[in-house]
Amino acid sequence: MRDISIIVISAVLINNIVLSQFLGICPFLGVSKKVSSAVGMGLAVTFVLTFAGMITWFVQQFVLIPLEIEYLQTIAFILVIASLVQFVEMVVKKTSPDLYKALGVYLPLITTNCAVLGVSILNIQKTYGFLDSVVNSFANAIGFTLALVLMAGIRERLEDADIPASLKGLPISLITAALMSIAFMGFTGLI
Amino acid sequence: MFYAVISLAVMGAVFGVILAVAGKKFAVEVDPRIEAIQKILPGANCGSCGYPGCSNYAEAIVLDGAAMSLCPSCGSDAAKEIGEIMGVAVDGEMGQRKVAQLMCAGGTGKAKPLYKYEGIQDCKAAALQYKGPKVCNYGCFGLGTCVASCPFCAITMGDDGLPVIDRDVCTGCGVCVRECPQQVLQLAPVGQLVHVRCSNKDKGKDAKAACEVACIKCKICEKNCPEGAIKVVGDLGSSIAVIDYEKCTNCGICVEKCPTKVIEKQEPVAEIGCRDTNENAAEASTGCALCGACKE
Repeated sequence: MRDISIIVISAVLINNIVLSQFLGICPFLGVSKKVSSAVGMGLAVTFVLTFAGMITWFVQQFVLIPLEIEYLQTIAFILVIASLVQFVEMVVKKTSPDLYKALGVYLPLITTNCAVLGVSILNIQKTYGFLDSVVNSFANAIGFTLALVLMAGIRERLEDADIPASLKGLPISLITAALMSIAFMGFTGLI
Repeated sequence: MFYAVISLAVMGAVFGVILAVAGKKFAVEVDPRIEAIQKILPGANCGSCGYPGCSNYAEAIVLDGAAMSLCPSCGSDAAKEIGEIMGVAVDGEMGQRKVAQLMCAGGTGKAKPLYKYEGIQDCKAAALQYKGPKVCNYGCFGLGTCVASCPFCAITMGDDGLPVIDRDVCTGCGVCVRECPQQVLQLAPVGQLVHVRCSNKDKGKDAKAACEVACIKCKICEKNCPEGAIKVVGDLGSSIAVIDYEKCTNCGICVEKCPTKVIEKQEPVAEIGCRDTNENAAEASTGCALCGACKE
């Protein structure tokens, strides 16, 4: 139990996937304009990441290692992730057309979200067991969602703030992201 | 090697089957009318209707009841066809289509250069440098932002450094008009043949100093026009000869009288109605390199 709580705290706060490991920056800046769509994106990524963590672990342990074809890790994992994203896209399109519209191109782009592939590969590299892998994937996804929603909340306020013209839009967002990243460094001493 | 191929193939097949089943289960029914309307629209995604693209506009017509005559590129015929699909009678002529016209004749050798521009070959970039590389602050830079922006391949760069608009191909979508940083392009009815090829609003003397073919605000055209269609409008220092397309009969008297020969009369084009624009748009969207070969 202690191990699992350490994995969770480490993944969500200390080694936050976006703010400390700098993975998944594209949706972090792309879908963080509104809190509602940020939450939706976070949920979609959480789903994909958790299941990708699960399935890739099985693929690694029961397909790649027994057949001694570990060098196919990247392409096999991408195959898994791409299929999962397709699946999520169908479900979201059916269940919530509004969310589907709000996420737009960023939904299929989860495929190329390096956070998903990154976490899957990190699970293998850290030689996690199945439960640890799932927990780590889920916690990383929560960390991603946390960073995304925090960023969206700040950016919603930035819309009304009096910002110098040259910093409006993306520049101030990048500065904000950097400050958030520095703030998250403060969690380093937690464990 | 053998296992690698087999295992990936099997994984691919398994995921494929799962997705196929999920696709059936989570299928979203799309109104077939949307697709039918999409086929009528030019598919150039120029955005003139106010929607991001042709498919969005088709969706808006079916789902939100948007007006059916918003597409400037296909005119009345398309509006009627869309009306048939929607089961609504669309009456009234849209009038003749519009085409883009360049309100500048100051090409290479005619308009005086202010400096030699060696930056990015884009009018918007050039406009940032001392209001452009020509002495005239109103004229065409000739760097081809309109050529690159045209979704229908209707604009080519001429030998004199001015864009040439193919009026047979132009649909009047207005993308180039919006893209041009000099606002030297305007939409005019295709039947309008006489145009003032100058946008310079400076005093006559200054305009003439900047360019050989400038409107010098002499008002000779205004005095000679039998219809009162052409007028020099605006205060001194910000005036220019403008043709009222409603009144102009294309008689060409002003063309003869203009001392700087800045008014031009074009040859009429064969077709003034709506044409099938899908072909051009398809060419453009399949990676048209603007080589001009499609014109031949």
